[in-house]
Amino acid sequence: MNAAAHSGSVAPPAPGRGAAPLLELEGLTRRFGGLTAVDRCSFAIEAGRITGMIGPNGAGKTTIFSMVAGALRPSAGRILFDGEDIGGVPTHRLFHRGIVRTFQIPHEFGRLTVLENLMAVPAAQPGERLWPVWLSPRAVARREREVRERAEDALRFLTLWELRDELAMHLSGGQKKLLELGRAMMTSPRLVLLDEPGAGVNPTLLARLREMILELNRERGYTFVVIEHDMDFIASLCERVIVLSQGAVLTEGPMERVRRDPRVLDAYLGGDEENEGATGTGTPAGGDASRAGTAAGRAAGEGHGGALGAGATDPGESPP
Amino acid sequence: MEQQLYGIFLYGVFLLTMGGIYAVLTLGLNIQWGFTGLFNAGVAGFFAIGAYTTAIVTSAASERHLGGYGLPVAAGLVAAMVASAVIAWGVGRICIRLRADYLAIATLGIAEIFRLVLKNEVWATNGPRGISLIPKPFEHLPEPWNQVGMLLLVFAVVAVLYVLLERARRSPWGRVMAAIRENEAAARAAGKDVERLRIEAFVLGAALMGLGGALMAHHIKFIEPNAAEPVSATFLVWVMLVIGGAANNRGAVFGAILIWTIWSTAEILSARLPPEWAVKSAYLRIFLVGLALQIILQRFPGGIFRERRFRTAPSSSTREQPP
Ligand SMILES: Nc1ncnc2c1ncn2[C@@H]1O[C@H](COP(=O)(O)OP(=O)(O)OP(=O)(O)O)[C@@H](O)[C@H]1O
Ligand SMILES: [Mg+2]
Repeated sequence: MNAAAHSGSVAPPAPGRGAAPLLELEGLTRRFGGLTAVDRCSFAIEAGRITGMIGPNGAGKTTIFSMVAGALRPSAGRILFDGEDIGGVPTHRLFHRGIVRTFQIPHEFGRLTVLENLMAVPAAQPGERLWPVWLSPRAVARREREVRERAEDALRFLTLWELRDELAMHLSGGQKKLLELGRAMMTSPRLVLLDEPGAGVNPTLLARLREMILELNRERGYTFVVIEHDMDFIASLCERVIVLSQGAVLTEGPMERVRRDPRVLDAYLGGDEENEGATGTGTPAGGDASRAGTAAGRAAGEGHGGALGAGATDPGESPP
Repeated sequence: MEQQLYGIFLYGVFLLTMGGIYAVLTLGLNIQWGFTGLFNAGVAGFFAIGAYTTAIVTSAASERHLGGYGLPVAAGLVAAMVASAVIAWGVGRICIRLRADYLAIATLGIAEIFRLVLKNEVWATNGPRGISLIPKPFEHLPEPWNQVGMLLLVFAVVAVLYVLLERARRSPWGRVMAAIRENEAAARAAGKDVERLRIEAFVLGAALMGLGGALMAHHIKFIEPNAAEPVSATFLVWVMLVIGGAANNRGAVFGAILIWTIWSTAEILSARLPPEWAVKSAYLRIFLVGLALQIILQRFPGGIFRERRFRTAPSSSTREQPP
């Protein structure tokens, strides 16, 4: 299970093709009617790394996640996971192969309790079949205890413990976002796709969230792809960032470089819609992008924008 | 006086037996709609499959219809469940991906097709005249024990189903079904094979509907295609579940008995009406049931018994409002 992951985390990033790309997109394209949301995207995600994905609203980031997770079929192109073409493989199979995604808009199980929302996730639950439920309740109860302990740990971490018996539909927007992460924490995946995990989450928790992602990556070798509008969050988490604009890969590389790339600034600030400005919440260096700071809070929606996101980050804290 | 009391007693036994049979149907619909969120508007169809299956395998030979296998009632009940389940599986394979509203239309249409087949395949079903002389359990016992025996049988079935389904509801199985009901995409993203699980719920629910139909056939000793009319089967069972409380097994049983009581009391009342009104009595019953639906749902929006979820703290059930 972890072979690919550990080879990736140990090997230094080779120039060009990485040592072990866990995920490769080849000319991936998705059209919605006349609109090309994702336009011939090609890039690779190396195993054992945390890769950022940024780009203005509507750039196609979520659509890429949906295709990788099997929720949307590509119009063209290929998706290779661990060297195998996974185009057309249904979502639930991909989950069992180790691909886990969180949703940008929380997808909670509304009329289940918060605890149940997490307990519903793990695989290999004999109690999800009727015969064991009726005929071997002991085995079911045993596994149920394990699942419950794990869910309780996750809820404590996410500061949702007090709300464990509440129906998920009653949670606030930010709490639902945390629950979304909690579901990802209930599995032992190889590839985790986080779609704006920090949106609406308070800065203290955001800092812990970053620690958690780094720890899971370091200790268990999970590979992460993180979509975020908060540039500082991304900068402190990812060595490599992929920038998308209008469905295509604009550039990729380390955050410091990408951040100063004029094309990136253009993509955020230019364009025809003024609203698209959503660059980082204050570049530490105070570069050009800081002009976008005020727009960011607005564009990130329920975002932790400007002042909150910035300052929580120390540039020296970047991963090794 | 004593005669009258005895009459009331017999009527009560009959009422409860019918209520119990409807409870079986309602428990079946609860698996589909209450647990899993599947909008089956073809309850009548699965009811009819069960009723006709047992009628054919248990009744004595007749030139008018298929049959003469003379199997025991228990075998008939099992056959009814199997037949409904198999057909539900076929229907599910085709329709289960449909969105709730389309699934409703599809199942409604399929149930109507079943009814037309039952009406027109005269060689097998005796057409509109139906199948009569279906054996009834305990019918060799003297009055009133034959009736009481049937009542006890029905309630034994309801009790067993209730226990099994309560266990299922509280188990991870119930949880995963509710997760599918609440958010299909998230359930898929959590690795659940949504299609397979929905078909499972659909088939299990349909098997209970078949069982309900079979019990009804044995109780009335007669079955004809109009018994599978959308109003008397599908509509009534839906009202029972919604009033009693979807996703709550206790609610399903309670709703079935309550609504059946209202339904059949309305029949008695309408029998006392002048004959020129009697024709309209069918509408009066539907009106009364509709009225009950209105009043009860105003007072109890989620049905009389609400869905109960697992809580770690036992007293938190009062905390229903948002934090
Ligand atoms: N199901 C759909 N049907 C039609 N158009 C869609 C659909 N999903 C996405 N789109 C369009 O595809 C484009 C890319 O959307 P996507 O959600 O991938 O953007 P994004 O990069 O995630 O943006 P944001 O940062 O705002 O979340 C948008 O123009 C959007 O309107
Ligand atoms: Mg998005």
